[in-house]
Amino acid sequence: MNVAGLRADAARERAVLAALASPAFLILGGLLFIPAGWLFWLSFYDETGLSLANYRRMVTEPAYLSVFGVTLELSLLVTVLAVCLGYPLAYMIAKLPGRAATICLTLVLVPFWTALLVRTYAWLVLLQRRGILNTLLMKWGLIDQLLALVHNFTGTAIGMLHIMIPFLVLPVYANMRALDHDYMRAAASLGASPASAFWRVYLPLTFPGLAAGTVMVFVICLGFYVTPQFLGGGRVTTVSMKIQQNVTTYVDWGAASALGVVLFVMTAGIFWLASRVLSLRSLTGMQPP
Amino acid sequence: MRQTLRLCLAATGIFGWAATASAQQVITFASFGGAYQAAQRKALLDPIQQKLNIVIKEDTLTGLADVRAQVRANAVKWDVADLGGASCARGTVEGLFEPLDYGVIKTDGINPKMVNKDWIGVIYYSTVIAWNTEKFGENGPQTWADVWDVKKFPGTRSFSRGASETMEIALMADGVAPDKLYPLDVDRAMKSLAKIKPNVVAWWASGAQSAQLLKDGEADIVAIWNGRAGAAIKDGAKAATTYNQGILNADCLVIPKGAKNGELAQKVIALMVSPELQADIPKYINYGPINEKAFATGKITPEEAARINSSPTNTARQTVISFDYWTDNLAKLTEKMDAFLQQ
Repeated sequence: MNVAGLRADAARERAVLAALASPAFLILGGLLFIPAGWLFWLSFYDETGLSLANYRRMVTEPAYLSVFGVTLELSLLVTVLAVCLGYPLAYMIAKLPGRAATICLTLVLVPFWTALLVRTYAWLVLLQRRGILNTLLMKWGLIDQLLALVHNFTGTAIGMLHIMIPFLVLPVYANMRALDHDYMRAAASLGASPASAFWRVYLPLTFPGLAAGTVMVFVICLGFYVTPQFLGGGRVTTVSMKIQQNVTTYVDWGAASALGVVLFVMTAGIFWLASRVLSLRSLTGMQPP
Repeated sequence: MRQTLRLCLAATGIFGWAATASAQQVITFASFGGAYQAAQRKALLDPIQQKLNIVIKEDTLTGLADVRAQVRANAVKWDVADLGGASCARGTVEGLFEPLDYGVIKTDGINPKMVNKDWIGVIYYSTVIAWNTEKFGENGPQTWADVWDVKKFPGTRSFSRGASETMEIALMADGVAPDKLYPLDVDRAMKSLAKIKPNVVAWWASGAQSAQLLKDGEADIVAIWNGRAGAAIKDGAKAATTYNQGILNADCLVIPKGAKNGELAQKVIALMVSPELQADIPKYINYGPINEKAFATGKITPEEAARINSSPTNTARQTVISFDYWTDNLAKLTEKMDAFLQQ
């Protein structure tokens, strides 16, 4: 075939791909970008017209600073804990033979398929003052005062962690499964201790999965609403809760939109930072080709 | 041929006209759905349909934002809407409602605070003290000052995380007389709340949550809506309530600006607040009639009246919330409350 024919083929393929992708583009454009852009626009309006009042409120009212602080703190804590718990779990499952791995993976996924409210209320039953955990600990004499495990920051973090673990385990597990274990054997045969082989070979090789999982967990955490609403006892207000509160408290959409804009900018910034760090890793040779 | 066609057209025209003439007028009523709207259907809407020979269609709403959206878009679907009292006061300021015709709507027996130029109360609910009877027996806290007294009544508390009502409660606990609450002394309220904060197990976000806290024994004393407390007790909660120092709050009726059947809506509202129909409300739900004359219709026995939050005896023990105050201050105090809860 000549060059012109190849080029025509390529053009045809591009056209077909564009046509196939267009419904998704239309949905995203029509249902996401346009309304989001409209809300962005509204955030610069209040009852009196064009104004920065919605943004000024975030600086002058002390509640907003702590809302952002709590949201970040909670997201960071849950992400760190998810890594600490999720990475070894993924490793264990990846090491198991096929059938056992499938069963374990299903166990990780079952809560993932359960309704959010059901899981949230289940934690309430377990953790509350007269809940199952406190009752058992008292019975066994391990504590002499009921622990405040829920209706606070602790309970919110526990509930969120439970929801987020599959988001970390799945990409890390996929990464580990795809890994060629000859690398580890090679490290050992070249004299690396197990710890050294892990830190210098295994961890760098599984880093892409870990990074993807970590960023996903953190970003999803930033938008939590239901869990802190039900397990926070009113002491934990996340940005999403504040957005909802502003929709009902203020007459117009602007107050809530402004919060949405700030949350979006924050999330985008974190993504950008993460991508910077990740490419740095690949520059230093820590990421596999 | 053309003649026949014309005849046919004329005939269908006549039939069509006849059909609309015999059909009943239809109006649409919107409320909060659930058990509440089901009770409104039985106590109010069904009898009104019969009396006026009309059809009342139903829709549900979530609050003032829905009415505002319809009015601003000039696409009003509802003729009568049920809203929370503070929303009505807010909507009045924004000019979202048609004026009510008090030539048609009779207000005898209704507290003047619940009668406004473009809204009128429809039911009362109360925020009351509820306590765990396993812990305190039948003699639980009788005033908000008792609720604040953690020596006399040791145990956990729960209040609404919203500013309205919780601030009134804090002031009464600090010794402000129920009839001297407004305008609220916000600093005093915050100081009072700070005192009880260490004993608060959770600041509830919804009526369902407050009932759950009471039923599970998580909170030994809860500031709770009487309807929710009643349902929890019926459901097996070991709890009791008192109307002492309760706060009466109301839902209200409005005609959204530009409603298509405004005139008929006035008649429907007139019947909805009439003593005869009002007297049936407590049969179906734990809310009290807005019209005190309902208690004189003979439909409510003295035993029932003792339980209903808006009976004359119980009303005397409570105080009525100020919608006007909350219209002006809700945003400011919500931020304040939120900052306080996060500290």
